[in-house]
Amino acid sequence: MTHRSSGTYWILAACLLISLALVTALTSPAVAQDKPRYGGELIFPVPSEPPSYDGHREETFGLIHPFAPFYNTLLRVAPTDPTGTKPHPDLAESWTISKDGLTYTFKLRRGVKFHDGSELTSKDVKATYDKIIFPPAGVGSTRKEQYAVVEVVEAPDPSTVRFRLKWPSAAFLASLSSPWNFIYKADLLAKDIHWFEKNVMGTGPFIFVEHVKGSHVVGKKNPNYWDKGKPYLDGFRALFVKDTAAQVAMIRGGRAHIQFRSFTSAHRDSLVAILKDKITVQESPWDCILLVAMNHDKKPFDDKRVRRALTLAIDRYAGSQALPKIAIVKEVAGVVVPGTPYATPPDELAKLAGYWKDINASRAEAKRLLREAGVPDGFSFTFKNRGIPMPYEPLAVWMIDQWRQIGLNVKQEVIEAAAYFASLRKGEHEVAMDFQCGYIVEPDLDLYKFVSVDKNPANYSRYKDSVLDALYLKQSRAVDLEERKKYIRAFEKRLLDEEAHYMMTLQWHRIVPHSSKVKGWQVTPSHYLNNTLDAVWLTE
Amino acid sequence: MGKYILKRFFLMFPTLLGVAVLTFFLLRIVPGDVVEARYAGGQGQFVDQKLMAMERAKLGLDQPLWKQFVDWMWGLARLDLGLSMWTGAPITQEIKLRFALSLQVAIMASIVATLLAIPLGIVAALKQDTWVDYAVRVFSIAGLATPSFWLGILMILGFLIIFRWLPPMVYTPFWVDPWQNLAQLIWPALAVGYRYSAVATRMTRSAMLEVLREDYIRTARAKGLWTKLILTRHALKNAMLPVVTVIGLEFAFLLGGLVVTEQVFNLNGLGLLFVEAIARRDYTLTQALVLLVSSAFIVVNFLMDVMYAWLDPRIRYR
Repeated sequence: MTHRSSGTYWILAACLLISLALVTALTSPAVAQDKPRYGGELIFPVPSEPPSYDGHREETFGLIHPFAPFYNTLLRVAPTDPTGTKPHPDLAESWTISKDGLTYTFKLRRGVKFHDGSELTSKDVKATYDKIIFPPAGVGSTRKEQYAVVEVVEAPDPSTVRFRLKWPSAAFLASLSSPWNFIYKADLLAKDIHWFEKNVMGTGPFIFVEHVKGSHVVGKKNPNYWDKGKPYLDGFRALFVKDTAAQVAMIRGGRAHIQFRSFTSAHRDSLVAILKDKITVQESPWDCILLVAMNHDKKPFDDKRVRRALTLAIDRYAGSQALPKIAIVKEVAGVVVPGTPYATPPDELAKLAGYWKDINASRAEAKRLLREAGVPDGFSFTFKNRGIPMPYEPLAVWMIDQWRQIGLNVKQEVIEAAAYFASLRKGEHEVAMDFQCGYIVEPDLDLYKFVSVDKNPANYSRYKDSVLDALYLKQSRAVDLEERKKYIRAFEKRLLDEEAHYMMTLQWHRIVPHSSKVKGWQVTPSHYLNNTLDAVWLTE
Repeated sequence: MGKYILKRFFLMFPTLLGVAVLTFFLLRIVPGDVVEARYAGGQGQFVDQKLMAMERAKLGLDQPLWKQFVDWMWGLARLDLGLSMWTGAPITQEIKLRFALSLQVAIMASIVATLLAIPLGIVAALKQDTWVDYAVRVFSIAGLATPSFWLGILMILGFLIIFRWLPPMVYTPFWVDPWQNLAQLIWPALAVGYRYSAVATRMTRSAMLEVLREDYIRTARAKGLWTKLILTRHALKNAMLPVVTVIGLEFAFLLGGLVVTEQVFNLNGLGLLFVEAIARRDYTLTQALVLLVSSAFIVVNFLMDVMYAWLDPRIRYR
């Protein structure tokens, strides 16, 4: 009996050991996948190339994708936040806001070194922001108007930076999280304020190696990076590849791991069908949208009944089902990206003109308004469109068909991309496709487009609306979240419904299919965010 | 002969001047400028007119047109092409980067085309109306009907599907790594060379057919000369006149005209730079590229004139 029991124990023990070994064997790859692995070179195509290296001056993501890894910013958008809205420490490790909301004080990390070995101090941050906000004559700062709220930037001691504001601002922390605001070295700026247009030197997780124009950018790991243990990659290689088919072929053929901007749904489907589990797809509503500008200086678009009719004719819900198959658009949206904190809930959105769920009722109302405006049989107009195929072309064709259904006869005129905005600026158009793309989801950025034309010449509907301007200022200065939401809703209602100054089409949809070897990267609504690559690693 | 060459050489300069004047003024008729292309097309919610005016002033675009023209011509006279309005880098540097690649592809494609076209054209002419002739004609007509970029796409897809391989996407100079260089450039050279050879094959065939019917060939045959000698010394040399024209002009075209093929194979060449420069309204770079490609055509024409004179002595005596 004792002998048998002992044998049973041995068998049980053996079974336990085998089970343990099996469990370990089965689970170890998963565990290994969760733990960042060091080494490897991330390769990614970039569809656009920047004219210079200066983030404060340029506008293209072609600068951000290959050059953001060389720099840090004061704050950044939390790299794991899928809404792309939450400010997160980068070079500033903490901050305080005065009770009146007029003073922001940031404590900088200690021991942060530039790639030349010198230490970062508040002097560098101040010099950087002075260049952005108060650029000397002859220095281009594309986004300085975003910081009109700033009175002065101070550096009271080497590890403290203080911003004094003219009025309280709800968007200020988000503004400081802008991916464009690379922190530059003060001494270099003092010697030559244009130095960073042609040279690269920051505090980022990667060190600049080379840029061969038209070909590639190479970065290598910064061994002295302040965030100990990061980056995981040995380096990266950004290849300038304009042709989308070539980019897809690179991912498919294993010549690249990821393209950070977006592919179309057809590209996604073909990659998934071929690469199966070797490809991972991340998707998000995209902070880009095509708008329709109706020129208030041209008849009959000076009549809000006509403008409302135009938006009421559009069946956005049906469009959001059909168009994603052929174009990079998807979500029905108001003025803020769906799924983000300030976005209008769908039920509330459905009350606005053009968003009604019953398209027949909507189009009947459109026809009634046209009758009331004195054009019962509809009318003809020219719709100017930008000569970029995706998604301008499919959206325009779809909209022209929608307008036809309320009796409007629309002729499309396609203008070459470089000449397009010059043409719109002259105000010769009747109705035109317009475009808005944000680098961070923030209402101050998303709504500025729609303030009166005397304040923003990029308002191609060319109206002046003091009520809308006042609402913009109110939402911008409302530091309470709910109060700000209230003003944003009022702004949206006036813009899209009551006055129908502008029309939104469908929100773009970002699709990033990448090699399953890539870990530590989170898609957000902006293709300008999450490109420092500090947390990215490769499984093999 | 020397006087003829000299005359042809000096005729190149007024042609180039005409090209320069036309390019300068035609470019400025097109709406939009480099500043507009740089700022208004992006997410420039905050870009104001003051900033754009400042950028225009920096580039000299606020100056009267005549002054811009005089400045540019003065630069040209000093062999200074100026700076790219888009990148601010010297234009010679921008072009130098891409020129080696474009020149190599053009040379390789010309070699592919010549190696295919001349033997095939001769064989087709000699075997006129036999199955060999029909096969060559089908091959060359297919080449004419197939766009190079499409053939390039098929090649890439074929490599991907059959071999799970893709040509390198980054240019490596031949002297750095010949294998890597050829692995990237041989495919566009084949794709372009095939179409190019189709034109030259048909030209060789028809020129040979014409020459083979000439009296002096009949006389040579009647004298009992070897067929090989008749073909190489008497027929081929005379049939080459139109073929040289086709090959020369195609070569000049390849230097700056491979826009779509360069996109398909991701080649950092002059064709792509050209299209980008126009799209960005980079006047200075576009002007320089037009001059470069025109110069290539003019020089090739000049060399062809010289070669004509060598191939056909009647020309130099006219």
